[in-house]
Amino acid sequence: MEKSYLNMDLLRFTTAGSVDDGKSTLIGRLLYDSKSIFEDQMEAIQQVSDRKGEEHVNLALLTDGLRDEREQGITIDVAYRYFATPQRKFIIADTPGHIQYTRNMVTGASTANLAIILIDARHGIVEQTKRHSFIASLLGIPHIVYCINKMDLVDYSQEVYNTLVDDLEDFSAKLETKDVRFIPISALKGDNVVHRSEKMGWFEGATLMHTLETVHIASDHNHIDCRFPIQNVIRPQTTEHHDYRGYAGRIAGGVFKKGDAVMVLPSGFTSKIKSIDTFDGEIDEAFAPMSVTMTLEDDIDISRGDMIVRENNKPEVSQDIEAMICWMGDSPLKEKGKYALKHTSKDARCMVKEIKYKVDINTLHRNEADKVISSNDVARVTLRTTSPLFIDQYGRNRNTGSLILIDEATNNTVGAGMII
Amino acid sequence: MGSYNLTHLKELEAEAIFVIREVVAQFENPVLLFSGGKDSIVCYHLARKAFYPAKVPFPLMHVDTGHNFPETIQFRDKLIEETGARLIVGSVQQSIDEGKSTEEKGVNASRNKLQTVTLLDAIEANKFDCAMGGARRDEEKARAKERFFSHRDDFGQWDPKNQRPELWNTFNGKKNMGEHFRVFPISNWTEMDIWQYILAEKIDIPSIYFSHTRDCFVRDGVIMGKTDFVETKDTEEVQPMVVRFRTIGDATCTGAVASTAATLEEIIEEVASTRVTERGGRSDDKRSEAAMEDRKKEGYF
Repeated sequence: MEKSYLNMDLLRFTTAGSVDDGKSTLIGRLLYDSKSIFEDQMEAIQQVSDRKGEEHVNLALLTDGLRDEREQGITIDVAYRYFATPQRKFIIADTPGHIQYTRNMVTGASTANLAIILIDARHGIVEQTKRHSFIASLLGIPHIVYCINKMDLVDYSQEVYNTLVDDLEDFSAKLETKDVRFIPISALKGDNVVHRSEKMGWFEGATLMHTLETVHIASDHNHIDCRFPIQNVIRPQTTEHHDYRGYAGRIAGGVFKKGDAVMVLPSGFTSKIKSIDTFDGEIDEAFAPMSVTMTLEDDIDISRGDMIVRENNKPEVSQDIEAMICWMGDSPLKEKGKYALKHTSKDARCMVKEIKYKVDINTLHRNEADKVISSNDVARVTLRTTSPLFIDQYGRNRNTGSLILIDEATNNTVGAGMII
Repeated sequence: MGSYNLTHLKELEAEAIFVIREVVAQFENPVLLFSGGKDSIVCYHLARKAFYPAKVPFPLMHVDTGHNFPETIQFRDKLIEETGARLIVGSVQQSIDEGKSTEEKGVNASRNKLQTVTLLDAIEANKFDCAMGGARRDEEKARAKERFFSHRDDFGQWDPKNQRPELWNTFNGKKNMGEHFRVFPISNWTEMDIWQYILAEKIDIPSIYFSHTRDCFVRDGVIMGKTDFVETKDTEEVQPMVVRFRTIGDATCTGAVASTAATLEEIIEEVASTRVTERGGRSDDKRSEAAMEDRKKEGYF
């Protein structure tokens, strides 16, 4: 078992669904069937369910961590859950269904490889389905799995399922996401979640768990465009490492090799990679999302916020940024307003030059007349930054294509930006 | 794994190193909370990796309840000496002597909760603007909602309903004077990940994690080590038992488990087959359903 454990990789996924679509039941089922719910957790929620006079053990209590959530029966904030099978380790970002929906789902989606979107087989595509799909697509989640849930309530009907899949295929063709899958399930009864359904012999696809275990995620990182944002400069200043000057950071894209010719932004100076160092020794190559320290052949002035790239494959260097912004601030986004900005390891300030339009996240329609961008709204904006950023399109690289906006008065994170 | 795919342990390691480096970049005076337990030992190991070949550019701080298993303190002092770290000790006893804390009374008395006062005092006295800790989201349900970068107001309090959204790996450590941050580099690790990592990296841990014979008694179904700090009731029989500890905390509230696991491999087998969470032996969490949330709001780690 030890060997397989050391060979596992990591899949981060988010779950979305509207109220009462069985999301908590599904998560409970995944955790329970993979033996990730412990006896004392089960005992604790059993006691609470009994005290409240609920008929079944309420698996939602596993995910509702805060007192207010349990008392009001609502989920307030993103909760992270963990489970593993012999193939993979999983991190679930469980996002609440109603309150602050967009803000929370965007947060959960920002680091996810895969989104599970739940649909009630009896109701089909509803407004939330479109909203969840749009956010998953906007946040560049590479894989979407639509789980058609509550199949037990439609007599496991192939016809109902096929009609729904046709509708979903029409709709999802408008999304950026390329890998879209459909699975008929009953989270309550366990059909096609971990075990193959006996009631739906007509379904030839994989179960949800099998899909989660096998979906190809190695290419979810960009291994083409070399991007190394500098986090810290390592200077031991000891006798042993007297002249050592290393650049610490996490590879944001591409594959860097010892001896590669590189360019440093913003200075434009070129050099070669002298070594790629780790605590465990020198390595020959480094790729996303590794954390390493690089040294260069030449003595160049480099500091936090700079980026090491390849001369023949540079990011765009610009102070004018086109982006989709998901707004999270309590007060509306201000046109001509000034905000602090973080992009990779770089800090800057920016002004919102123009709000171009608001996106109706239920219909994807652009509304150019409505420029009041409140919390949980999505808008297309143009930003002007105080210093140049080294950017890629978000669709090409989620690390160098994303930024956050910070309110300078409250220090709160108020906007999530996807660079176009 | 394919050539450009990391194993999950390597990915978690890369994430934690990234977070620790962000702390050093974004804060002026950070500190790593160090209990001598396996999670803080792993954090310190990751910190050494993050800045190699330079030294770890921040001190460690142990909030000492005075109720320790001697093995923990011996281990701590040896590790500090071998790696040349700087150690600060915040003493709960001193807080009590200075009248800032009041000792709990009765047989279940514990200094666990008192650590908060000492911790906040030490943060203020040393002007730390960020305290890193080895808390993990899989430990407890209030912790499942915790951010990597967790903002604390000028009273050191956590406001779980009003947390900053945390997007991608872009961490916002901006704050006003007097406020500080708690940062949790190993948020996404599970107990199993920690053990596998300790095995893979050959990290030393205190001997009490391994099976040994110790004088113990059973209270409320939890096996407690007999120490000078815990009063036993007449009905509680002290006898030698073969046990190990799954967590290391204040000796008055940290339970042991009956176990013969004497090697890391055996511990991993045991963790894989166990059906009770690791904090299941912590009587501090059992005080109420929201015990952890309440302590965290006040500034506990």
